[in-house]
Amino acid sequence: MISAGFCALLSHWRARPLQLATVIVGLALATGLWTGVQAINSEARSSYSRAAAVLGQNTLERLEAADGRPIAADRFVDLRRAGWLVSPVVEGSLRLEQERVRVIGIDVFTLPQGAAPLGLSGNDDIAAFTSGDGLILAHPETAAALADSGLALRGSLRVTPGDLMADIATAWTMLERQDVDYFLLAPRQPAGLAPLAQIAPDLKRVAPDPQGDVARLADSFHLNLTAFGLLSFAVGLFIVHATVGLAFEQRRAMIRTLRALGLPNRTVILLLLVETLLLALVAGLLGVALGYGIAALLLPDVAATLAGLYGASVPGSLTLRPDWMLTGLAIAFAGALIAVGQGIWRIARMPLLAPAQPRAWAMANLKTSRWSTLAALVLLPAALITAWLGSGLWAGFATLGALLLGTALLLPALLIAILTLGARNARSAMAEWVWADMRQQVPSLSLALMALMLALAANVGVGTMVSSFRDTFTGWLDQRLASELYVSADNEVQAEAMRAFLAGRADAVLPIRETEIEIGGLPVSLYGIVDHATYRDNWPLLQSAENVWDRVAAGDGALINEQLFRRGGHELGERLTLSPGWSQEIVGVYSDYGNPSGQMIVSHDALMGFFPDIAKLRHAVRVAPEEARALTEALTGEFGLAPGNILNQADVKRFSLDVFDRTFLVTGALNTLTLGIAGFAILANLLTLSSMRLSQLAPVWAVGTTRVTLARLEMLRTLALAALTFLVALPVGLVLAWVLLAIVNVEAFGWRLPMFVYPGQWLRLLVLALVAAGLAAAIPVWRLARTRPARFLKVFAHER
Amino acid sequence: MSARFLALLIVLIAGSALAQGFAGLGTQSDGFSVPEPGQDLVFPEDHGAHPAFRIEWWYLTANLTDGNGTDLGLQWTLFRSALRPEAGDGWSASQAWMAHAAVTTEDRHFSTELFARGGIGQAGVTATPFAAWIDDWRMTSRTAAGEDPLSALHVTARGIDFSYDIDLKASGPLVLHGDNGFSVKSASGQASYYYSQPFYRVTGTVHLPSGPVEVSGQAWLDREWSSQPLDPDQTGWDWLSLHFDDGSKLMGFRLRSRSANAYTSATWIDPDGKTTAYGDGALRMTPVGTHEVAGRTVPVEWRLQLAARGLDITINAINPDSWMDTLVSYWEGPVTAEGSNRGRGYLEMTGYE
Repeated sequence: MISAGFCALLSHWRARPLQLATVIVGLALATGLWTGVQAINSEARSSYSRAAAVLGQNTLERLEAADGRPIAADRFVDLRRAGWLVSPVVEGSLRLEQERVRVIGIDVFTLPQGAAPLGLSGNDDIAAFTSGDGLILAHPETAAALADSGLALRGSLRVTPGDLMADIATAWTMLERQDVDYFLLAPRQPAGLAPLAQIAPDLKRVAPDPQGDVARLADSFHLNLTAFGLLSFAVGLFIVHATVGLAFEQRRAMIRTLRALGLPNRTVILLLLVETLLLALVAGLLGVALGYGIAALLLPDVAATLAGLYGASVPGSLTLRPDWMLTGLAIAFAGALIAVGQGIWRIARMPLLAPAQPRAWAMANLKTSRWSTLAALVLLPAALITAWLGSGLWAGFATLGALLLGTALLLPALLIAILTLGARNARSAMAEWVWADMRQQVPSLSLALMALMLALAANVGVGTMVSSFRDTFTGWLDQRLASELYVSADNEVQAEAMRAFLAGRADAVLPIRETEIEIGGLPVSLYGIVDHATYRDNWPLLQSAENVWDRVAAGDGALINEQLFRRGGHELGERLTLSPGWSQEIVGVYSDYGNPSGQMIVSHDALMGFFPDIAKLRHAVRVAPEEARALTEALTGEFGLAPGNILNQADVKRFSLDVFDRTFLVTGALNTLTLGIAGFAILANLLTLSSMRLSQLAPVWAVGTTRVTLARLEMLRTLALAALTFLVALPVGLVLAWVLLAIVNVEAFGWRLPMFVYPGQWLRLLVLALVAAGLAAAIPVWRLARTRPARFLKVFAHER
Repeated sequence: MSARFLALLIVLIAGSALAQGFAGLGTQSDGFSVPEPGQDLVFPEDHGAHPAFRIEWWYLTANLTDGNGTDLGLQWTLFRSALRPEAGDGWSASQAWMAHAAVTTEDRHFSTELFARGGIGQAGVTATPFAAWIDDWRMTSRTAAGEDPLSALHVTARGIDFSYDIDLKASGPLVLHGDNGFSVKSASGQASYYYSQPFYRVTGTVHLPSGPVEVSGQAWLDREWSSQPLDPDQTGWDWLSLHFDDGSKLMGFRLRSRSANAYTSATWIDPDGKTTAYGDGALRMTPVGTHEVAGRTVPVEWRLQLAARGLDITINAINPDSWMDTLVSYWEGPVTAEGSNRGRGYLEMTGYE
């Protein structure tokens, strides 16, 4: 009996394969997008934790020079001979074969327990590793990219991509250095040693960093992705909910029969649950596979973004991880259960002899729509309040969530209001019917329309944000990178010679001096600049005091970047302590996009006065743009500079814009996919509704309207609904853009951007929405146009 | 585990200990010097390092007692290993160093280890003035000019939970093992240069978690270097140094083989330093009692017989748990001798996997 009952329940799907496909595809799409985003996040997070764990830096204390400069190599032997268990590390970046790599030099003999495993084995390996020009370990991706470099590379999955792990002597040769950046301290030191403060007062202990800077910085980026994943999932769920609800309603008659035959209600519900789980399993597996595909497709761009924006190294290839695969399946199950919950609840409380009322079911949504309007009226003010009072990234996303959900819930009521207004102005009976019919369709289409609205609003919002950002960024790059060339010398002797060489050839040579300081516990790069028109004319100041450049030049004021300004909550005119005995007033704030950390600019002479040991290696060179190329070649020829030592303004700009575009490629792709899902939702709804609509269309057909006219009107209605939805979505999208620019970006990146509007984009989106709705309506409309008159007649014959 | 594992590979091991003899001592000696018979050892030069040979050690063991007469053992060892035959210099030097220190009481065993690259001064050995060091561990000569530098030493070492600082004074001459210092290690002729200073009187302080302990007693220094002392078939050794109550001493070892009988060798040292070397088979070492330590079964009770000397004694570990939980792990601890001769000494057992 049970199996017969189960077969009977399943036969519903056999009879309506399209409905079954809708449920499975909807759930699979929702799961797929969510899983894809999770897979990307999971891959990136595991890279961060690998990076944070390089050399055990997540657990081991370090010893660094208090002034942040490299430490002489002999200090290692001195400390060891005093009994301290320290191990030297040198780090530096290098450009090899167009690849930027980090070289990490270590001493395997003293590396503390808990430092990185390397994957060397055998005596020969160790001898090769420590032989001065030795074996270098690299992630297989990095090793492959550097295959022609002539280095003795060995692939090791234990090394982070982009890193080269070598013996300290090998690293020195590569980096042309002879010193140490820091010492790792073994977690347990022998008892009775002379205190470090006594034997090495110039070195400071630095606590381990369990998370790593990169993970912290990139958190906001991942939150962004997760938010998009959730949005897509919600949109997908709308589809499933609508379809499954209908399927339950359509099966009422069958269930009534089954119960009349003696199948207990509890068994029926159990069977329905089993059916749901089966559907979820199939859809979940499909979704996970789809998610893998999406993630594999997007990951290279995400990896490039993270590398460009945060310096985070994430491999471009995806690993199958049980965590996101299982959460993918779990969310498919959760989604399916949420979708069928209401249906099962109704069946559970259904009187034995209640008739099936699919039409009534559709209209019952009208009642729910009153509730949803009420919910919207709570959510929208809530969005306003969180935007007003909240702070932090989560408040930003809470605002977004409340705003989107609130407007989505308000949509049916809004549409009905608009359509009622339209009906009032109708001149003919036909027009009046069209308006009224459209209005009565709103409740049954509401879920799909909400999905469309969400997708459109997200598109408008993100599109506006990205374009505003790009325009601002391009303008800013032009200002900020005013000098034609940026040149670094390897040492001070060479720098001196370089200045002499450039004196007659360049219009101006501007020194760039930099050191690291701490303000409010955060690291800040402190720059010293000379007074020059390059800065006065071009520097992108957001706020400034009177005579800002005169004051900076006189050593009587500092400029800080927007990140430091916002994160530190500073104000113009506030005094900041740069180092003991030296404070400066903030006289200006400048925009500094693409840089995650704080920055400050003071006069060159003031900086050198307080930090006389700063290396005088870097210079900005002004020269006529057409001579830049020739000067680069002259400099390279004269000093044999490595390519990384001379940066051309044009190259830097191109690189920066490239990074920028890749950054938002992912959001763009997710956006488009969400829109696609919304289109599918409309299709699904129209298909399920089309059979029910016959009874409403038959009278109109009977009074003389041709099938083709009916079909045309049907198409028109769908397009009109899509257009109206777009009209609602547009302002929501603009508010969304504002929240992204003014709240989320400030929290995530530390900068606020001006908002521009792009009507051209809206037009494109409107067309896209109409095309999506038109495509979705095409099949039902085509069916309508081909409906045999006999079927219309049957409506009257079978009328209850 | 990683760094230790690495260092293990660096210093001694090549591949698996099973395939190539304990701690890689059975590997090829290509490019390195090989011990030859009939070469006289020259002092004080030979107290220093021999970088042309693959491996070398300065190995001190001491049998001490505290003020109450309670036994206490102490170990200080510095190993040198050449990674490549060519010398290299500075940070690229081809020498690697490993050191072990331990203190053993009747119920505790403290041990620690250090590693260093050669060429930068972190570790090394100089013959004149004699000094062997790694980090802040030291073995330095306290002698005046003209004396053998090893006849008086100052030795220190420090671990996480223990340290010691002892003075040594030799009351007898250096002792050469085998054929005038040429010590054969297998039937197929593998050999090392091997001499000892077994006549040290010791005083000093051992710091344990329970507090400082004043100690005194005897010590034995072994010096050995080679490039391939083990036959590839040999899997480990059991080595003993014994100070008998009558002033005579015995060094004996047994090299275990996978396919043949164990290879034994012994040196009898009279109280005045006169030596008698005994070749393979003269010394009989028979395990009579085992103990489970660190997941291994190790023979900590032995019967020792040397017919030529009428010796028939039983060796017992003072602390059977004297496992050196170092990268290259082995059993090493103080022992007592009972039977035809009574005394104290040190037992080392390697290759028990």
